[in-house]
Amino acid sequence: MAVTVKIPTQLRAATGGEAEVEVDGSTVGEVLDAVFDTYGDLRERITQDGDLRRFVNVYVSGEDIRFQQGLDTGIEDGDEVTILPAVAGG
Amino acid sequence: MSIESLKCKECGTPAELGANYVCENCFGPLEVAYDYSGLEAAEAKRRIQAGSQGIWRYADFLPFEGRPNDPLEPGLTPLVRADRLAARLGIDAELWIKNDAANPTHSFKDRVVAVAVAKAQELGFETVACASTGNLANAVAAHAAAAGLESYVFVPANLEEQKLLATGVYGTNLVGVRGNYDDVNRLCTQLAETRPWAFVNVNLRPYYAEGSKTLAYETAEQLGWTLPDRVVAPIASGSLFTKLGRGFQEWLDLGLVEGRQPAFNGAQAEGCDPVATAFAEGWDVCKPQRPETIAKSLAIGDPADGPYAVEHARKTGGGIDAVSDAEIRSAIKLLAETTGIFTETAGGVTVGVLRKLAERGEIGAGERVVVYITGEGLKTLDAVRDTFQMHEIDPHLDSFEAEFSQEVAV
Repeated sequence: MAVTVKIPTQLRAATGGEAEVEVDGSTVGEVLDAVFDTYGDLRERITQDGDLRRFVNVYVSGEDIRFQQGLDTGIEDGDEVTILPAVAGG
Repeated sequence: MSIESLKCKECGTPAELGANYVCENCFGPLEVAYDYSGLEAAEAKRRIQAGSQGIWRYADFLPFEGRPNDPLEPGLTPLVRADRLAARLGIDAELWIKNDAANPTHSFKDRVVAVAVAKAQELGFETVACASTGNLANAVAAHAAAAGLESYVFVPANLEEQKLLATGVYGTNLVGVRGNYDDVNRLCTQLAETRPWAFVNVNLRPYYAEGSKTLAYETAEQLGWTLPDRVVAPIASGSLFTKLGRGFQEWLDLGLVEGRQPAFNGAQAEGCDPVATAFAEGWDVCKPQRPETIAKSLAIGDPADGPYAVEHARKTGGGIDAVSDAEIRSAIKLLAETTGIFTETAGGVTVGVLRKLAERGEIGAGERVVVYITGEGLKTLDAVRDTFQMHEIDPHLDSFEAEFSQEVAV
């Protein structure tokens, strides 16, 4: 599936300034791996031991993946995957 | 004490002082770091006591390069003894209520917003904004108006009417989002990337959160420069809870007070208790929830500082409990009937948890306990609707006698 991954400002140093990345994948985990294949620095910044770090939120078309199947959440063609900091609010 | 840098709470990486809130290295939250050297306890105390009658008396401990300026200065709210409440709860404790509804917009949010709006001006912003469950909306709209700044306030569209009215009146751009608080928060996180605005609880959050420390300082000062044995405070994002801890710790480190951190008891509503659940389960992350509770000001299903709140409750030998909507309503009445303080639902949550601790025998004899009431009852009137009956009579003595004959006859 072809999806757009939105990169937050704080991570764009690791993507050469790119705000959006187009990749293929059938789950969130596969999509993120595809992004890490291109931008290796990102992996360490947002994951630890194969899981997302605790202050990283990922949404598939606006839905928090923790309400779905986490990194196994399925992706459909045209979905938008958004990575955002989890440290706002309150 | 002077402001040094921002620093990641997770990995310790420093970041520049500015409108930053996320560590670029590990995505953790940034916090303000200070240079404590050169601040001597007696001199610090003297400067506080010679200061203003509000939170700016603690300016040495707040994140500014110069003197902060916000004309709607909050703080120095009453700390009152609650002996009648202690008696009703059957506890032999020295019980105090810190009534932080007595602030300019009637909640503790005036503290964090005063700091954030002053910082926004120091950083050169002309527009302030926020994602709010209501109290923050009131405060941002008011402080922006007082400072002459433009403001945008984002809230869940289904918020209590009182909170919407008490925001709109200040002439802000009030935006009701069709979704819950966590949706509003996500939207504001995205907007903060493109708009040149100071979102007080997004890109200015490291400074904003520091305002909550003033609640700890005031408590210690009002108790004659001593610390309580235990505090009971509400948890939404967990920021107030953890910053209370930071405030006490700074004064312990500097020698302004002696002893040790109080035991920290956190309070959540059962309809939104991700932090209480993480505490009970022994997790170091919070599993997000979709809130369903009358305590809307605490209805944050994805709490940013949840992990740190859990850690602080554990470290201090406290705990985190949750109460039902029925317990919240009954605790609001209990507080009102025994102290004359009418709190909003968040205060009902806090007093409800205090009652639970009392029932479980967790409050020791002679313990000095401070309970934080963070908001005003007039903002959540629905919570007390139909909980009592008014006596309706004609304007004649007979009518009164007839209505009250049973009570009067002894």
